[in-house]
Amino acid sequence: MDQFTINLLFVGASFALYIGIAIWARAGSTSEFYAAGRGVHPVTNGMATAADWMSAASFIGMAGLIAFTGYDNSTFLMGWTGGYVLLALLLAPYLRKFGKYTVSEFIGDRFYSPTARVVAVIALLVASLTYVIGQMTGVGVAFGRFLEVSNTTGLLIGACVVFAYAVFGGMKGVTYTQVAQYVVLIMAYTIPAVFISLQLTGNPIPALGLFGDHVASGEPLLAKLDSIVAELGFNEYTTHHSDTLNMVLFTLSLMIGTAGLPHVIMRFFTVPRVADARWSAGWALVFIALLYLTAPAVGAMARLNITDLMWPNGATGEPVSVEMIEANPEYDWMATWQKTGLLGWEDKNGDGKIVYFNDADADTVAKMEAAGWGDANELTKFDRDILVLANPEIANLPSWVIGLVAAGGLAAALSTAAGLLLAISSAVSHDLIKGSINPAISEKGELLSARVAMAVAIAVATYLGLNPPGFAAQTVALAFGLAAASIFPALMMGIFTKVNNKGAVTGMVTGLLVTLVYIFLHKGWLFIPDTNSFTDADPLLGTIQSTSFGAVGAIINFCVAFTVSKFTTPIPTEIEELVESVRVPRGAGAAAADH
Amino acid sequence: MADHTSQAEQAKSDAGYWKANVRIIVISLIIWALVSFGFGILLRPMISGIAVGGTDLGFWFAQQGSIIVFLALIFFYAWRMNKLDREYGVEEE
Repeated sequence: MDQFTINLLFVGASFALYIGIAIWARAGSTSEFYAAGRGVHPVTNGMATAADWMSAASFIGMAGLIAFTGYDNSTFLMGWTGGYVLLALLLAPYLRKFGKYTVSEFIGDRFYSPTARVVAVIALLVASLTYVIGQMTGVGVAFGRFLEVSNTTGLLIGACVVFAYAVFGGMKGVTYTQVAQYVVLIMAYTIPAVFISLQLTGNPIPALGLFGDHVASGEPLLAKLDSIVAELGFNEYTTHHSDTLNMVLFTLSLMIGTAGLPHVIMRFFTVPRVADARWSAGWALVFIALLYLTAPAVGAMARLNITDLMWPNGATGEPVSVEMIEANPEYDWMATWQKTGLLGWEDKNGDGKIVYFNDADADTVAKMEAAGWGDANELTKFDRDILVLANPEIANLPSWVIGLVAAGGLAAALSTAAGLLLAISSAVSHDLIKGSINPAISEKGELLSARVAMAVAIAVATYLGLNPPGFAAQTVALAFGLAAASIFPALMMGIFTKVNNKGAVTGMVTGLLVTLVYIFLHKGWLFIPDTNSFTDADPLLGTIQSTSFGAVGAIINFCVAFTVSKFTTPIPTEIEELVESVRVPRGAGAAAADH
Repeated sequence: MADHTSQAEQAKSDAGYWKANVRIIVISLIIWALVSFGFGILLRPMISGIAVGGTDLGFWFAQQGSIIVFLALIFFYAWRMNKLDREYGVEEE
């Protein structure tokens, strides 16, 4: 059987599974559509949250992000996991106790202000819509790469599958498909990682192999990697090269942003009790950590592996020859991935060798010239996504593993897209339609409007995925920035302080605007090229890059809210009682039964 | 009248519960910040003498240790709070 058929079988089987779950888990009420009837087991919810959270970017891009930068990009590892501590300690149990369906509903009720609710909805919609574009393009790209169909066809197929389980099943259907998608994606991620770790370090657990010894040289793996990349003129892998202040703020922004993303928070509305919400956050991080502890190992090992393949005799020996790449089966994967445009090489000086080094470093250029290999790097394209995608082929794994990786990449993209679409549609039907436009709407009417909102959201996301605005690549930073600067502080103040309506609204609006302006000043207004006044290499404030600004926006939000609240009317008694009741678990079942 | 007293008592007890909770949160968040921003970034030069698998302890905290501590913190918090709920009688039915 050829690779294409195998990939098709794996992807087809996984899709059949998702559709099967969709038929089984249909939502019959708004409670099922928005919160899966609040009957999801904490471990199940943890698994669904992990799939909800880990996007195509985590699955495909994360290892490469770490591999090409090394220590400096530990920010992503700490930021995207540390947020769960904030979620578990500061938000999830109290929001579950509150017992409503959307994040914006809590903000509206707690700050007794329809304006606060609308501001929260706007922040939620902007953050989720920008985030979903990347997921939809990811679905198209994954299809294009593995199934040789055009991106457009792939995206349309993906949209139909999401439609099947999200429109009919709502949160209930999404929850159980996410569980299946988690299983597919974690197997697809860890199986090739175990093999590469065994080959390089003899340890079957990649996270341990990372700090183990490299079998071929007997040296510790990381020491070996440090020395070979340094010899080729790249930054040493384990040392710190970036700005410290920016690194701290970027990590903090990712943490606060993670805790403030509505599609993640709303997963915690689905568990039966407050105690379950606490446990569930822990389980979510267990399932996320399985991938996030593996990713840095995959990154480091794949980078060492590929560098070794380019320099089979070490960095001071002879580089790989064109003949070897063409004839030796160990290099077959290079031809495969050259076709996708993710990998490229060119024998610039015609000496029959492909020389890979950092030609931006003058010392290394001189060294390479002296050795007679020329002054130009000849591995012209080395996309960071290739580390995960090509791993099974580089490690010479059977073709079914490649099929599994195809299904895993799609699972990661689809599960996150569905979670975001659910956040968008429930904000529209519950906050806008039921909350503002037509509060008298019947349960049946609201369920129907939730389904229509979901269908429209899928159509819009598909359209945006097919015609991505030029700024698509920047949008994830925007989503995190907005969540960090507006939603997280509002939720936290709602639970832990007695900040009033005016304080919350001015705080959110200021945090949102300041963060938006800071991002636009560096990335261009509405991301239009050349309209930026600053660049991230030389930012407006010291060394604070626009992607790190979410944490500053959050601090501004807190300060403004406290100040305004101090000089305006304190919260009324019934809101004081609401805050008191959110703080204790007692009566959470009753709160849920209100619906 | 009796109802008033018990209400007042419950409010007092709830306040004690909240104070205990905030204390646990503050301690947990100090550890959270110490392992990530501390050991992983700012204090890394200070602990660079401790070797771990071909590199130093700070690198380990940044890429692995912090995540493991985060996990432990969340499970500790869930366990401790569920116990606290029972101590103050505020658990769910």
